[in-house]
Amino acid sequence: MIYQLSFGDLLPYWDVLARGLAFTIILTAVSTVAGIGLGTAGAGARTFGPKWAGYAVGVYVELIRNTPFIVQLFFVFFGLPALGVKLTEAQAAFLAMVINLGAYSTEIIRAGIEAVPKGHIEAGLSLAMSRWEIFRYVVLKQAFMKVYPALSSQIIIVMLGSAVVSQISAEDLTYAANFIQSRNFRAFEAYFAVALLYLLLAIAMRAVLRGIGRLVFPKV
Amino acid sequence: MADFTFSVILNNLLWAARWTVLLSLIAFVSGGIVGLIVLFGRVSDHWALRLLTAGYIEFFQGTPLLMQLFLFFFGVALFGIEVSPWVAAWLALTFWTSAFLSEIWRGCVEAVPRGQWEASSTLAMSYFEQMRYVILPQAARIAVAPTVGFSVQVIKGTALASIIGFVELTKAGTMLNNATFRPFLVYSLVALIYFCLCFPLSWYAKRLEGRLNVAR
Repeated sequence: MIYQLSFGDLLPYWDVLARGLAFTIILTAVSTVAGIGLGTAGAGARTFGPKWAGYAVGVYVELIRNTPFIVQLFFVFFGLPALGVKLTEAQAAFLAMVINLGAYSTEIIRAGIEAVPKGHIEAGLSLAMSRWEIFRYVVLKQAFMKVYPALSSQIIIVMLGSAVVSQISAEDLTYAANFIQSRNFRAFEAYFAVALLYLLLAIAMRAVLRGIGRLVFPKV
Repeated sequence: MADFTFSVILNNLLWAARWTVLLSLIAFVSGGIVGLIVLFGRVSDHWALRLLTAGYIEFFQGTPLLMQLFLFFFGVALFGIEVSPWVAAWLALTFWTSAFLSEIWRGCVEAVPRGQWEASSTLAMSYFEQMRYVILPQAARIAVAPTVGFSVQVIKGTALASIIGFVELTKAGTMLNNATFRPFLVYSLVALIYFCLCFPLSWYAKRLEGRLNVAR
């Protein structure tokens, strides 16, 4: 018997898909902003901060970069309540995403900071700027300009990785696919359609990020 | 009911970790083979081959690995073939790995000076001869560091196989957590084992990268 594909069976569930897509987009957007904020702080601590802070950030970065996101997610969602920190599914998803992107962006932004010529920092020092002022006004913008493409692709990788949050029942796009296939038993159609939605989202995000890059860093 | 002491939990996790290692190794090797084939298409002179392989890479890099796992798990079954989680995980990880490796290697091939292609074609070498004897040996030198680096992603990727029911390290952690209700301990140990698998590779990749920069 040949299986008849039927994508029409997905149509009644368009609202479920739309809600899932919205959650994935919001999850990605929020964790991008917070994660890059965390990454900037981490990179600053590693390059301009005291030694102990640099070591602490180093341990954080290596721990996150060398363990799977799903284990980090399970740790946050199942493990933290044992310490008295109770989180909802969505809160755990947001927290795990921020922690994850924070580590990767720390490493990316640090590379950008280290690529800033020493002379610029010395010039700042000779103008009697404090370390913080040098970091804020001299180093940071140049660093971001250099690593913007790498940061953009990391954001898209994190967005794709966010599919895993469905496993703690956070209601993202993958959760929508799981929900639909449990109702109409059209597993392949549901996952294929959602995979295409992810692909479109990745392509759209790439375009948007490139546009933002042109706007923020003109003439690059 | 069995009593779950610390050593029992650790032993069970370590025992399950061998499946993580095995799946990673197999997926990495088969992904490398498929990736090499895709690479040949990606850097060929034929526009249709380039377009096809570019689409292939875009699909596998632009969709979540989890979706690919589901698609293989449920998709192959449409042809009336029963797939075990093990086979579905292997297939999905192979194609996912191949897409990333071929893209990494394409960068390395393009770093080989254009003159090398021209010189070898004036020697009447065929495309395969050029790749085999001239381009790939030079590209391989710079490809080692990022390839080792990507192997870490493959190990972490195998954790997703737990979702379709393949019992490796993450799945074993979930099962032990369900039995012991000690999530903090269990997931800390799971993370620690992954770290012990991945960190040496990350470290080695970084060292290789550093050595490459000195050579220039």
